[in-house]
Amino acid sequence: MTGMLDMDISSMTHVIVPALATTALPALPMAGINWHSVLFLLFAGLACGFAVGVVAADNVVRMALYLVFSLGATAGLFFLAGAEFLGAMQLMIYVGGTLVLLVFGVMLTAQAPFVSIKPSSSDRTLAAVAGASLLALLLTAAFSVDAWMAPGAGVVPAPTATPLGMALVGVRVDTPPSGSPSGGHVGYMLPFEIVSVHLLVVLVGAAYLARAKRRRTPRAIDAVASAMPVEPTVVATAAVTAPGRTTGGAKSALVGGGR
Amino acid sequence: MMNLSVAASILPPGLPLPVNFGMIPLFAANPFTEPVGVIHYLIVGAVLFTAGIACMTLKRNALGILMGIELVLNGANINFVAFSSSYLRAEGAPTLGLDGQVVALFVILLAAAEAAVALAITLNFYNNHATVDVDRADDLKG
Repeated sequence: MTGMLDMDISSMTHVIVPALATTALPALPMAGINWHSVLFLLFAGLACGFAVGVVAADNVVRMALYLVFSLGATAGLFFLAGAEFLGAMQLMIYVGGTLVLLVFGVMLTAQAPFVSIKPSSSDRTLAAVAGASLLALLLTAAFSVDAWMAPGAGVVPAPTATPLGMALVGVRVDTPPSGSPSGGHVGYMLPFEIVSVHLLVVLVGAAYLARAKRRRTPRAIDAVASAMPVEPTVVATAAVTAPGRTTGGAKSALVGGGR
Repeated sequence: MMNLSVAASILPPGLPLPVNFGMIPLFAANPFTEPVGVIHYLIVGAVLFTAGIACMTLKRNALGILMGIELVLNGANINFVAFSSSYLRAEGAPTLGLDGQVVALFVILLAAAEAAVALAITLNFYNNHATVDVDRADDLKG
């Protein structure tokens, strides 16, 4: 058996080698590959897989890590669709800002019993059934329009950073898309201003909400002073012992909570 | 491959098909050589949206619910970008143009604001109740 195999291989080599020497290399099978599609499949698989991983994981730290990967792959999808400024913003604001905020939240609340709060298995089954039916509904709706099924023509869009910046200050410099139903060109000056003020208000409100609260306890010196008129020397000793007591009270208020 | 008209003739007339057979040519084609269209992005957006909804309903950790919200917003953003891209549409098909990208940019900014406020509320809840389990947030129950 092995002898036959060796003979076959050797005879094949005798046939192939002169053919390779005389003719040009045959067309590689890789030549027909659309690398845009390959990269799309890569990033789409990463985004969907890690999104499912966020749902499936119980450890909140792993959930945060999977979310970082999923949103990073989404930025890759934005780049592949020709929205390079939006992809950069996705990486800088979402992955670099919002998720770091979430990771800080995870670290601040990651006491041992809360790192993984497991849902019950009946809840899991219910969520799987509801999710599958929602996915089927969305996919049926997506496949119901024939115009969306057409493969892309591959018209490379113009760079979008400058037109986006001009649109945000109210001037449109991009050409309107052909066949656009609105046909209009509107600037985004007012929404931009509203969003910027909104962001400022939200950050001030978040800083106000998240500040460390101190329990409003009367200072020891006030309590002593109001209780009885005392000699100045007694007040001085109370003031000396006061700092330790007040810091202890603040710490217990932070740890023990208000209840 | 099975003949689709045969599959359709088995069912009684007038009954809608249980499966949308329009999606079969998409999966039959070689995904490595076919150009990407809008429908591919819509599938990814649907998966992210569904994962986010499942995350919001399933998780008991308040931060897990926040992560589900982020996934939902990203699924919506993918759809906006897909409909605004001329690369993914057929020749001459109408696109959203730059407007879709502007809306997606606003969604990213509002998601950042929402995450900041929700995280502040979560930390406040943690300070007051010493837990992040949302099932324990029942103070308003009568």
